Amino acid sequence: MVNPMTDKRLRAALLAAPLVIFVAVTFLAPLALMLVRSVYEPAVADSLPATLNALAEWDGRDLPSEETFRIAGTEFVALNEVRALGSVATRVNRLQSGMRSTLLGTARRLGNDPPAGSWRDAMIDGDEDWAEVSTWLAIRRAGERITPRYYLNALDLDRGAAGEIVAQPEDRRIYVSLLWRTFLISATITAISLALAYPVAWLLAHARPARAGMLLLLVLVPFWTSLLVRTTSWIVLLQNQGVINDLLVVLGIIADEQRLSLIYNMTGTIIAMVHVLLPFMILPLYSIMRTIPPRHMQAAASLGASFWQSFRRVYWPQSLPGVAAGSLLVFIMSIGFYITPALVGGRTGQLISSMIAYHMEQSLNWGLAAALGAILLLLVVLLYLVYNRLVGVDRMRLG
Amino acid sequence: MSAVKNPGDSRLRRWLHVGFCAAVLFFLVAPVLVVIPLSFNAEPYFTFTEGMLRLEPDAWSLRWYENVLGEGRWLPALGKSLVIGIAATVVATTLGTLAALGLSSPAMPGRGLIMGLLISPMVTPIIITAAGMSFFYSDLGLGQTYTALILAHAVLGAPFVLIAVSASLSGYNHDLNRAAANLGADGWTTLRRVQLPLIAPGVFTGALFAFSASFDEVVVVLFIGGPEQRTIPREMWAGIREQISPEILAVATFLIVFAVLLLAAVNWLRQRDYVRAE
Amino acid sequence: MRNISLLSSLLLAAFSATAAAQTLTLVSWGGSYGRSVERAWVEPFIEETGIEVQIEDYNGGLAQIRAQVESGNVFWDVVDMPTPDAVRGCDEGLLEFVPVEELPPAPDGTPAAEDYPPGSRSDCAGGGIASATIVAYNDELFPGAKPSTLEDYFDLDKFPGRRGMRRVPVVNLEFALIADGVPLDDVYRTLGTDEGIARAFAKLDTIKDQIVFWEAGAQPPQMLADQEVVMTTAYNGRVFNAQILENQPFTIIWDGQVQEASGLVIPLGTPRLDIARQFIEFASSAQSLAAISKYISYSPTRYSGNALVSTHEDTGIEMAPHMPAAEQNMRRALHSDWVWWADNRDEMNERFAVWLTR
Repeated sequence: MVNPMTDKRLRAALLAAPLVIFVAVTFLAPLALMLVRSVYEPAVADSLPATLNALAEWDGRDLPSEETFRIAGTEFVALNEVRALGSVATRVNRLQSGMRSTLLGTARRLGNDPPAGSWRDAMIDGDEDWAEVSTWLAIRRAGERITPRYYLNALDLDRGAAGEIVAQPEDRRIYVSLLWRTFLISATITAISLALAYPVAWLLAHARPARAGMLLLLVLVPFWTSLLVRTTSWIVLLQNQGVINDLLVVLGIIADEQRLSLIYNMTGTIIAMVHVLLPFMILPLYSIMRTIPPRHMQAAASLGASFWQSFRRVYWPQSLPGVAAGSLLVFIMSIGFYITPALVGGRTGQLISSMIAYHMEQSLNWGLAAALGAILLLLVVLLYLVYNRLVGVDRMRLG
Repeated sequence: MSAVKNPGDSRLRRWLHVGFCAAVLFFLVAPVLVVIPLSFNAEPYFTFTEGMLRLEPDAWSLRWYENVLGEGRWLPALGKSLVIGIAATVVATTLGTLAALGLSSPAMPGRGLIMGLLISPMVTPIIITAAGMSFFYSDLGLGQTYTALILAHAVLGAPFVLIAVSASLSGYNHDLNRAAANLGADGWTTLRRVQLPLIAPGVFTGALFAFSASFDEVVVVLFIGGPEQRTIPREMWAGIREQISPEILAVATFLIVFAVLLLAAVNWLRQRDYVRAE
Repeated sequence: MRNISLLSSLLLAAFSATAAAQTLTLVSWGGSYGRSVERAWVEPFIEETGIEVQIEDYNGGLAQIRAQVESGNVFWDVVDMPTPDAVRGCDEGLLEFVPVEELPPAPDGTPAAEDYPPGSRSDCAGGGIASATIVAYNDELFPGAKPSTLEDYFDLDKFPGRRGMRRVPVVNLEFALIADGVPLDDVYRTLGTDEGIARAFAKLDTIKDQIVFWEAGAQPPQMLADQEVVMTTAYNGRVFNAQILENQPFTIIWDGQVQEASGLVIPLGTPRLDIARQFIEFASSAQSLAAISKYISYSPTRYSGNALVSTHEDTGIEMAPHMPAAEQNMRRALHSDWVWWADNRDEMNERFAVWLTR
């Protein structure tokens, strides 16, 4: 006999299953793969098995043996002949600068002119780097399949010659300060959005329904408009020869030579992002404020409280869930924002996302991109859990 | 709402409040609208020329629209955007609607957890999603293919469908299921004949959101799309970064009109939803 | 269900229509140079062979090619690539070899191998166009004294205003050292040391707040015309075309410029290798290379091609004096060291990226 409750459960689960599987395969699996990439780097290990095998026995203090030199040299030449040394060299170069040209140059020399006598002497004659212990240590470390180095690099750290964790040199530190900047800009954007959205949401929530509907449309039009269109608009408005600067010059507020730099810097990022994210603040505030009966304020007023007193004691506490929902949403969206800062942020208005994109698309240092992505993901998941606890994802509404 | 103590103060406050809100709403809407007149500029500038302000007919022109609609990159881009957008919307709407039906059932185990999981693509920063997908699809040998982009946009769009349909279903009376069963309908028939018609506005709303999300998505296209998948947002991205031409303003104007139409459609659907609920 | 299968067959039809096999995808640099490539190479090639050619834009680098080669989906067939990238892509096995024997001989029968200046060609490249990155300014913005040296680009006191700069370390590090007083012959030696690199970045720091960055070659003339900047680094041909075709009041400072070259390469594994080779063979002849010089002030790297440079197709202007290689433009010119850049590009890119965010 089939239990009707079990049957219903099964039916519900079967209905949800396709999407659950789809999300697991096309969304969670890629994220998991990114986490794997952030610690797993097999390319060098796969390409230089013999060299790494020989180096595994080496003490790491004196130069490796003649035999190791020969094995390594032979392997470099063989790889170079099939044009596979370049990508290995690029990876070793990340651990020690200059290694790319050392490896490729050595392979070219040894390939053209194989040493008759000592490989060790031939390699050191060709490039003095081979007489440095650190060169060999770098190759050995590049051959580690599982490595924390991308996370270390993402936090401006590195490993010293003996494997200890050290800070990167001053002129290489970048990510920690960029993370702080991302937090700071996101907090600023959240605060500005809240300040602008609160009065508007109030007006919408307590206006007559017909008028509220019309005003709501004004919020929803930009919400539905393509992000790229809105970003284009801000470029048109804010650039040096743009509408706002022209207007200020025509009105005589600034001289033609004093045009303001409103875009391609942090100002541009903040203005454009507040514009993009403002609806995400207004809408949650609006839906909470609609549930606050206006007579509570009236009651407080009739008891002799001033407007600000009754606001602070009566209205604000009741609107807090909306404030929390909107602020968290805007903050979460800000810290991962990419498109708008990339287009209007110039040099100083970039967020951490721009470095992820840079390592994905330009430097091709995918391990580092993955580690930065993982750190950002962790932050977002934490904030998302807070949001879920305070607001509940199932109460998320669409504009 | 007559203020008890100081009516002048209250009126001033009210005017300040309305003025402030007007300014914020202006800030929201004006930047979107400003590109429309500028797209008719006869000169390749991004600001109002003196001629335009004096309303001289020569200063206004349709040349950028001719460029956009003529031979070139925009019409093929529209085709590519539509192929990806429609296919992704079909997948997202089908899976999202089914999942919403399952999750709406009081019998569903682990409801909150699953809901959180299914919505996560919507809240994860797109740059992270795109990076992960770029590794994933290139490992599968599907890098730079339509298949990869359609799957990616479908999973990004599904949460919208899930939320919209769930909202529609939240007013759904589960007694109707029992009533249908009593009249001899099996589960499938109930779904088709009773539930689906009632939640249709929610399904369409979700589908419009999913389509709009795909139609405006550029980061995933940048990371996993190849030269064959240059959609409209991808072309706009290149245009803004590399050679901003007033053609972009003409395209932007089309997209604004499109957004207004979508908004109108969603509003209309929402009203139908209310009517049915009553 | 029937609707779904109908839709999917429609979609499939759409895919296969967009993936027609025998269209050559040529990737070049867009803007006025892109139009020159179209008129000098693409149109005659289509006429001669009947093969369709689709042109895509590109801004240098190997990243997109690596992504295509490694995923096994190669869409680009021929890429107009800067020589340092070609050298490196060849090393790393991202590009097909282009044997010099397959390139057409000079009109007098000299084999191609002897017609290219020594060391000017990567083993994976045909074609060969010489250009320069120069500094140009908008005359209207300097009614009094005009900038005339590379030092002036870095001199905010004498010539205030914003500067355009390409958002890459290539060329800019060289500019910084030259303007800081490093003799041309010592530039790459200096860049080879940590102090030298620090010195270059320190020089860039002096104008950092005034820099507006560009990425595509079409941007700097636009930025000058819009007066978004008063002076900018740019490719000489783009500025030349803005001068003569749009009558823009721009002046090129022929001082301290960096001479560069580009060639035509084939990403490894394109399914259209035959027509890609056919295109490179077509575009590498002395006549084809010289045809580019009819539309923009870039010259062939081949000796025999350089001899054919004549006048501008649309305006009849004598082209030779506007070429980077012209005698009077070469008073102080640096030849880009592409081997150095092939070896050090990653490292410099990373340091440049750090510098940008600071």
